[in-house]
Amino acid sequence: MTSDYAIEVTGLRKRFKGFALNDVTFNLPRGFIGGLIGPNGAGKTTIIKTIMNLVRADAGAVRIFGLDHRAHEVEVKSRIGFVYDVPGFWGDMSLNAHRRALGPFYPRWNDEVFDRLASEFALPLTKPFKALSHGMQTKFALAMALSHDADLLIMDEPTAGLDPLFRRELLQRLSALLQDAGKSVLFSTHITSDLSRIADFITLIRHGEVAFSLPKDELLDQWAVARGDAAMLSRIDPAILRGSRRRAFGVEALVSDVAALRHGLGPEVVIDKPSLDDVMVLMTGEDAHAA
Amino acid sequence: MRILIANSSPDPIYEQIVRQFKTQIIAGDLAEGEPLPSIRKLALDLQISVITTKRAYDELEAEGFIDTVAGKGTFVAAQNAEFLREKRMKVVEEKLAAAVEEARLMGMRYDQLAEMLRLLCEETS
Repeated sequence: MTSDYAIEVTGLRKRFKGFALNDVTFNLPRGFIGGLIGPNGAGKTTIIKTIMNLVRADAGAVRIFGLDHRAHEVEVKSRIGFVYDVPGFWGDMSLNAHRRALGPFYPRWNDEVFDRLASEFALPLTKPFKALSHGMQTKFALAMALSHDADLLIMDEPTAGLDPLFRRELLQRLSALLQDAGKSVLFSTHITSDLSRIADFITLIRHGEVAFSLPKDELLDQWAVARGDAAMLSRIDPAILRGSRRRAFGVEALVSDVAALRHGLGPEVVIDKPSLDDVMVLMTGEDAHAA
Repeated sequence: MRILIANSSPDPIYEQIVRQFKTQIIAGDLAEGEPLPSIRKLALDLQISVITTKRAYDELEAEGFIDTVAGKGTFVAAQNAEFLREKRMKVVEEKLAAAVEEARLMGMRYDQLAEMLRLLCEETS
């Protein structure tokens, strides 16, 4: 069993009332960090829940380390560290009791690692889970996830509610985890600035579909934001136009090929490197295709 | 070895890394055979993605500045003296070309430019 991919999601479909995942396909190569970005309600959490088999898809396949995630659920899950936005822990149980109850489920559980992380994160081990602040709950979930030598860390909105200090710490821990080329990380977030720097791959989810899934460097080096007057839009090749937005004093356009953009736009156009926020806003905003 | 990344720079991060390694190798601050940090170690240190770091190393290797030995790591490549000299001359040539372009834009004639170059050379010798 040696797959080059930590995660392979193929043709995922799931229909709910008023919302659907539609043909969601993306991969995460082993040894890298992948980010799922997109606005609230785009489907990021549903995709993650489907990968974790907490939601059953209507169609499609999920393979983890090359294994079907349902046929090999126990093995697959023992190798995943899961940090969830609403952590699935018991409110009245102490942190220590959680460790004793959940640790044995993992073949590679390590009490020493847990104790070290617990002291580094200053976790109050004797307190019940519900007594913890949101940030502390996330730290506890992270300590649990890192204590069983997981090969794949899956995190849903891990930085929501965390202060900048701990967000930095989280980044540091993720890079440290990646020192082992066999480990991988998938996280979802709508705060793109945070984890974007260390992410290797970015997948943008929009209305339950994959808008793109690309190496981050390709996205940030080849894409561009152009700002100009309304006439500028008509001079941009539609093949490279990914989104646009009209402002009071001009137009903003997102293009996927900065080299092709430079021809014939005139001197009044300003060309900028895009941030992931620019990409998300211009591709998913309500007036994303206003032109 | 010192690598500093500017977030606000218009240059892609991998280019910043490539340029800084090159400068240090050409200047001799990084000697032949000196080990470089692993791709993942450098990514951890700079808090950037593994792919970005790998791209920088790939480029440095393609240009002959570093060698990767499977299972051992990455090292500063043996720099042929003539090759280095050529590289440095190339740098001078690029800077001169930029100066020539600037002079052309403001309408300086060749003899004025040549005179300026002569004075500069005498001044520093």
